[in-house]
Amino acid sequence: MREMIKLFVIVTLFSAISGGLLATVKSATQERIELQQLTYVKGPAITQILEGCTNNPIEDRFKLNHSGSSIDFFIGEFDGKRNTIAFENYGKGFGGNMGVMVAINTDTDQITGIGITTHSESPGIGSRAKTDPAFSRQFKGMSIDSAFRVKADGGDIDAISGATVTSRGVSGAVAEVVEIYKRLKNEILKNVQG
Amino acid sequence: MAKSVMQEFTKGLWAEIPPFRLVLGLCPTLAMTQSFAKGVGMGVAVTFVLVLSNALISMLRNVIPKKVRIACFIIVIATFVTIVELLMQAYAYPLFTQLGIFLPLIVVNCILLGRAEAFAAKNRVVPSLADGLGMGIGFTLSLSALAAFREVFGAGTLTFPFVEYSIQNVLGASFQPFTFLVEAPGAFMCLGLMLCVMNLLGKK
Repeated sequence: MREMIKLFVIVTLFSAISGGLLATVKSATQERIELQQLTYVKGPAITQILEGCTNNPIEDRFKLNHSGSSIDFFIGEFDGKRNTIAFENYGKGFGGNMGVMVAINTDTDQITGIGITTHSESPGIGSRAKTDPAFSRQFKGMSIDSAFRVKADGGDIDAISGATVTSRGVSGAVAEVVEIYKRLKNEILKNVQG
Repeated sequence: MAKSVMQEFTKGLWAEIPPFRLVLGLCPTLAMTQSFAKGVGMGVAVTFVLVLSNALISMLRNVIPKKVRIACFIIVIATFVTIVELLMQAYAYPLFTQLGIFLPLIVVNCILLGRAEAFAAKNRVVPSLADGLGMGIGFTLSLSALAAFREVFGAGTLTFPFVEYSIQNVLGASFQPFTFLVEAPGAFMCLGLMLCVMNLLGKK
């Protein structure tokens, strides 16, 4: 019995020390890991839709809460004016969630570009939402009051042929982004200027 | 009987080089050698864990009770693997995404538990460190050689780890890559050929 207790105590001690050590390393690297993820996962889409901006949108970011979750907003500066913000939302695709990054000009309330960050759509079919610029280009310049639906559903978006579910998912995500933008606009403007 | 520290170090480089001589740790050897960058990255991660876990297990060899030694070894190894995972995520994110699931799977890599059980648990700290370092470097060399061979002939490119740089068309633009080599069956074939060559060389 005494030996059992000894074994138990030693293994427990090992696990406890290990847990403490890992917690320390985790909290020490957390900030950097977050930055790395933003740079490598969302970075390409952000630089694509905020092309030509004169700042680093990944450094100029702020968080706002929306219905229980916090969203990262990335600021784009054009001609010395901080007038564009980009943020991500998830849409339901054919193979799961797709991350859609949308940039909106806060002066004109127009969409300046969309880009797909992560997806698991079928290669060569749904994946064209990310790789085919003809699809994402349609959103450019649309006012936030437009109907973000594919043509089959009575909207203005030409779906990718063979990938209606993906196209619907992207359009739906953009529509939600616009809703969030309208609701949070005052807070966004405050953060962008300050 | 006691071998010098130098001997403990060098045995991992040729006489007992993993995975070819020990034939342990074949899973990452097969899966992570499609590109030079992956091979080296995997090797470096394993070396880091192997050196630290060998040293710590050797230090604690009189504290760890015989009956629960495997559990204790696994806790030590898992801790270091998680640290590597976090560090790689923070400082080498592209490599982290390439290694994917095989990075956390280092925990169950036989080389680590094998060295802990066969060497570190019975020897003093300095020889254990030398053993870990030798085995780690041996493993890295094996993986790099296998990966370089597979990538150069299978894809015609050579990618380097940590710096995002790769040479295109190593063998000239007219070279038609033998893509079989970068696929899974090619891994088995290359490993088999490598073992064959090692045995031929070793016989003399």
